[in-house]
Amino acid sequence: MTRKNRLFLGGLLAVLLLAGVVSNFASGAPDGLESVAAKGCVLDEAGEVIDGTCIARNTEEHELGDSPFADYAVRGIDNDYLATGLSGVTGALLTLAIAGGIFWLIRSRRTVKE
Amino acid sequence: MHIDRMDVVALHIQNGVLNGPVSIGFALLAAMLLAIAVIRSRRHLDDRLAPMAGLVAAFIFAVQMLNFPVLPGVSGHLVGGALAALLVGPWVGALCVAVVLIVQALVFADGGVSAIGPNVTNMALVGTAAAYALIALLLRILPRNAAGLAVTAVIASVVSVLAAAMSFVLQYALGGTTQLETVGLGEVAAAMAGTHILIGIGEGLITATTVATVAKVRPDLVYALRGLRRDEIPAPAQRVPAAGGVA
Repeated sequence: MTRKNRLFLGGLLAVLLLAGVVSNFASGAPDGLESVAAKGCVLDEAGEVIDGTCIARNTEEHELGDSPFADYAVRGIDNDYLATGLSGVTGALLTLAIAGGIFWLIRSRRTVKE
Repeated sequence: MHIDRMDVVALHIQNGVLNGPVSIGFALLAAMLLAIAVIRSRRHLDDRLAPMAGLVAAFIFAVQMLNFPVLPGVSGHLVGGALAALLVGPWVGALCVAVVLIVQALVFADGGVSAIGPNVTNMALVGTAAAYALIALLLRILPRNAAGLAVTAVIASVVSVLAAAMSFVLQYALGGTTQLETVGLGEVAAAMAGTHILIGIGEGLITATTVATVAKVRPDLVYALRGLRRDEIPAPAQRVPAAGGVA
C-alpha cells in the first residue's frame, strides 16, 4: 500500500469513527445562533417560541423535515445511538462522494509536479 | 416532539428567519462566488489531491456533528473554514464547506433550503475567506514551526467563526423577519460575538490538532505549508549544482 493510500484510509477511518460513534456524545444544548435567536422570546418546554420578539419568532418548518434522515436520525430506527451513527456515516460518505466527485471532475489533467 | 439532540445546529439559519429578497440575494452572491471558486480550484487539484480534498469535506461533515459545550446551556461546533483553508487552500476549502452545508440542508433538514444562500455565504465563503486572510498574514510573521502553525490555526478559527456570525447579523439587519423589540440588534450582535468567540476557540483547538497531525504525516498535503516550502526550495536547489561542480 502506498503512503498516500495509507493516509487516505487512515483519514477515512477517523471520519467514520467521528461521524458514526463520537457523534453520539455531542452536546444537546442549543448552539450559539439558536441561543441568541431565542433572546427576547418566551419558549415552552419543547423549545418552541410562544411569546415575545426574537430572531426565531417567525421560524418555519424545514421543507424536507420529513425526509428519511431529517435531524440526523434514520426513519424506522428507534435506537438513538444507532440512528445518529448511521446518519453520520451516511452523511460523511455522501459528502465524500459528492465533494470528491466534483473535485475529480474539475481537477487539472496535467500531473502537477511537486 | 422536539427532544432530538441535533434539532438545529450552530450557525445554520432556519427557514423564515430571513426574508425572501435577502435569501435570494445571498443565494445569487453565493452561486457566483462558488462558480469562481470552481474555476480557481482547477489548478490546485490533480489526481493526487482531488480525493484528499473530498476527504477534507467528509471530515468537516463529521466534525460539524460534534457539538461541544461553550457556556451553561449553550453549545457550538466547528464550522470548518479555517481547517479547510489550512489544508486545501481558500478556493477548494470554500467548496468543501459549501458541499457540507448543501448535503446538511437537503438530506438532514439542517439549515433551511431557502436559507442555503445565506448559510453558504456566511460559513463557506465569509468564514473561509476570513480564515485565509489571517493564515496568509500570520504565517509570514510567526515562526515557521509547529507552534506557529498551531497559533495560526487557533487565531484563524476564532476570526473565521466571528466573521461568519457577524455576516449573519448583517443579513438579519438587511432582512430579518421579526422586528426586534425586547432585544435590539446591537445586543444580538454582542451576544453572537461572545458565544462565537468561544465556539471559535473550541474550533481552533480541533483545527490545530488536525492540521498538526496531517503536517506530521504528510506536510506536502498541508496547503498552508506548501507556500513556505517553495520559499525554502531555492537554498537546497542551489547547493546541489554547487556540490556537483566541486566534484
